[in-house]
Amino acid sequence: MTVLSDDRSAGAETWTPVCRVEQIPVGGGVAALLDDGVQVAVLRTDDGELHGLSNIDPFSGAAVLARGIVGDIGGVPVVASPIYKQNFDLRTGRCLDDPDVGIATYPVRVVDGTVHVGVR
Amino acid sequence: MSRTLVVAGHGMVAHRLVEALRSDDVDGTWRVVVFGEETRPAYDRVVLTSYVDTWDADALVLPGAEYAGDELVDLVLGDPVESIDRDAKRVTTRSGRVQDYDALVLATGSRPFVPPVEGKDLPGVFVYRTIEDLDDIRAAVERARQRRGRPAAAVVGGGLLGLEAAKALRDMGLSPHVVEMAPRLMPLQVDDGGGGLLNRLITDLDVTVHTGTSTSAIAQDGDRLQARLGNGTELDVDLLVFSAGVRPRDDLGRQAGLELGERGGVLTDETCRTSDPDIFAVGECASVAGRVYGLVAPGYSMAEVAAATLLGREASFPGADTSTKLKLMGVDVASFGDAHAATEGSLEVVFNDAVNGSYKKLVVSDDATTLLGGVLVGDASEYNLLRSLVGGELPADPAALIGPAGGGGDAVGVEALSDDAQICSCNAVTKGAINAAIHDDGCDSVGAIKSCTRAGTSCGSCVPMLGKLLAAGGIEQSTALCEHFTQSRAELFEIVRATRITTFSELIAKHGTGTGCAVCKPAVASILATLGNGHVLGGEQATLQDTNDRFLANMQRNGTYSVVPRVPGGEITPDKLIVLGEVAKEFGLYTKITGGQRVDLFGATVDQLPQIWRRLVDAGFESGHAYGKALRTVKSCVGTTWCRYGQQDSVGLAVELELRYRGLRSPHKLKSGVSGCQRECAEARSKDFGIIATEHGWNLYVGGNGGAVPRHADLLVSGVDTDELVRIIDRFLMFYVRTADRLQRTAAWLDELDGGLDHLYAVVVEDSLGICDELEAAMAEHVANYEDEWKGVLEDPEKLARFTSFVNAPGAPDPTIAFETERDQPVPVMLGVPEVVSR
Repeated sequence: MTVLSDDRSAGAETWTPVCRVEQIPVGGGVAALLDDGVQVAVLRTDDGELHGLSNIDPFSGAAVLARGIVGDIGGVPVVASPIYKQNFDLRTGRCLDDPDVGIATYPVRVVDGTVHVGVR
Repeated sequence: MSRTLVVAGHGMVAHRLVEALRSDDVDGTWRVVVFGEETRPAYDRVVLTSYVDTWDADALVLPGAEYAGDELVDLVLGDPVESIDRDAKRVTTRSGRVQDYDALVLATGSRPFVPPVEGKDLPGVFVYRTIEDLDDIRAAVERARQRRGRPAAAVVGGGLLGLEAAKALRDMGLSPHVVEMAPRLMPLQVDDGGGGLLNRLITDLDVTVHTGTSTSAIAQDGDRLQARLGNGTELDVDLLVFSAGVRPRDDLGRQAGLELGERGGVLTDETCRTSDPDIFAVGECASVAGRVYGLVAPGYSMAEVAAATLLGREASFPGADTSTKLKLMGVDVASFGDAHAATEGSLEVVFNDAVNGSYKKLVVSDDATTLLGGVLVGDASEYNLLRSLVGGELPADPAALIGPAGGGGDAVGVEALSDDAQICSCNAVTKGAINAAIHDDGCDSVGAIKSCTRAGTSCGSCVPMLGKLLAAGGIEQSTALCEHFTQSRAELFEIVRATRITTFSELIAKHGTGTGCAVCKPAVASILATLGNGHVLGGEQATLQDTNDRFLANMQRNGTYSVVPRVPGGEITPDKLIVLGEVAKEFGLYTKITGGQRVDLFGATVDQLPQIWRRLVDAGFESGHAYGKALRTVKSCVGTTWCRYGQQDSVGLAVELELRYRGLRSPHKLKSGVSGCQRECAEARSKDFGIIATEHGWNLYVGGNGGAVPRHADLLVSGVDTDELVRIIDRFLMFYVRTADRLQRTAAWLDELDGGLDHLYAVVVEDSLGICDELEAAMAEHVANYEDEWKGVLEDPEKLARFTSFVNAPGAPDPTIAFETERDQPVPVMLGVPEVVSR
């Protein structure tokens, strides 16, 4: 088992397989729909690390973060919302442009080439 | 209790006075009543000639000239002051309105001078001063055109105003005669040498020049006029325009018994106060210390002085710089300081290049250490620098300043100027004032200097010097694209072009740092696309794109997309229109007609996009690039095909241009329009490149913009045929695409381009940089390699696979997307902004 997300995976109760790693473009993302209707953006940085974030942009309410541009701001890995362009820290969900705002993060792991998203 | 100021007249200077008074009179000690003669508020008379380009009078109105929302200003138009009762301190207007004043400012301007020539009052004889004058001239031109095709016209006066009038006539498609009494054109501004060159350059522009002769009589000849000149020449013309200077309108002052200047004008002291201490005079009706000024800059200066004096502050008119620089029919003419070498013992240094059409003269003191003045004809690019050197010690040999090698701009830097050297002559801003703004007020950009000092806000010719002063002050204006690239977009473009790098990862590894961001990734993607690297979603390029480009549609607020197929020129068959309706119905899309003459289909989810495209592509549609920083539409009117007034086939040209430039990725979106006549129904002058038909061919305008900061496009070339037009647009677009900043529309790009429109003309029309072949070749390559981006996705299973809402549940509806019905169409319902995790 390879864990590509950090130790936040500890404590996850259910893991949902969502896709093969190669289905997620480097520097891009995909959206996954979990059983309870929760949408998770699974994003892949240029160095191959995977991160799970709520897919919903808190500023607009639109489910779009999986379609944002992945990069870094001052070395912090981020995704930029395609609606109003705020950057979110891929590791913590914190909004870099408005420190009062953050979004939920989800642990991600890869087992035998399949990406799983965990829910606590 | 506020006092009442009455202003007689509402021209440019009167407006500046009211503006200056109201901005400084914070306690509202003055209530202002303005009486104007014309029926519209103050407009920019300096650019009156440009009215011919649009016939839109509102475009000339000065900003804020209606004083909307200012309760302390009462503007009365079409009702001039007719008499002054100084004892009662009261004026009476033409309509009989009586108004008491505590202070009165005369700002009645001047009237055109019409020499006492027999026949001067005949129908067909005009003056050139107001918008109404131009409307009358236009009507006469149209009448004559209907009678006999191409009308003939003559202008009496070969000075600045005469040549302006000739330009207006030429812009209406005529080839006017110009009659000047002095032995050369513009006798006040240029010397014989400059006048000789000017004569040649103006004659080349289809204007017949008659110098050294008067107009002795005008006679009616059927429905035409015959003008007899002093030298025996007879001119048969349809109309004649007197534009031989102006005379101050001092009648009000004369009637009221105010002292007048020797050469007319209401005499004032240096505070602009007349012989009655409660009455001031400003602008062209004033004779300040015995001198009348016919330029707007001294008028503005008088307005500021009078406003300050009214507010109890000490101010006096400093005398005026009567330097002028203008572009007459594309010919630069400038004169400054003692242009005619009137100073005793002064020496002249002349550089006359008849081959390249450039004449330059400097007048220096007898010991050749001080610059006194000069004349520039044909090439006035060194005007600003030279003018600011007047009165100061010369930093170099005078010949080096105007000689062919280098020229002033290179030979001397801004450091050489003294603090009181005027950088912006329009607004009288000195180098010292600009440096104070930079160092004391923290202005760190050209824009900040503009808003702080007003320098560079009128004609803009000093803008490059503002940049140099910033640089000299150690202010680095960062052009870095973002934290990952220190280079500007233009520099990255050149790097990619020269190194033939084809991927973002290689570019950032070799020339940047980090992994990139939402600023540099789309910018580089655009550069790669302009230089032709296949489909915008090919390989690594896909994840660089902003979401709109990544999904080839426009993301809307609820995460769905809108789809806009191309409808070239806005021309569409009924069958295709029906297909659009059918597709919208089938996929439940909201439809709206766009401003660019096409149809926008809203509310498509990611997985619906390829299905919609399939239907559209099968029916012969293609992507309209509504999502891209690329050519959007070329809007058109119906032109000669249908319109009674059309002069060319505007739809045909619009379709041709839209198909030629479709898909071209650029720093920002590009909009265009083609109008079939001067009525301008396609609003071409609000576009990045707009074309207006005339009977002689096409006029090309560039750098226009609508939106929040509207800008009328500038005329680049006129009367060209379609081949020449396309060639120049090719060059213009490629030059813009290579050199603009990220997200900089052509309007802002042109405003900031060093050398402005003149430089652009030099590069893309005269090929001054020798790059036109290359620019044309680049465009030819773009045209040859164009492919529909929607079709490119439909034909590639790998690209198609990315168009799914959920990677683990293809086809499952997105639970956040819902619609309700409004006015019979689906519109998004936002299901509430989700809980935000506070940190």
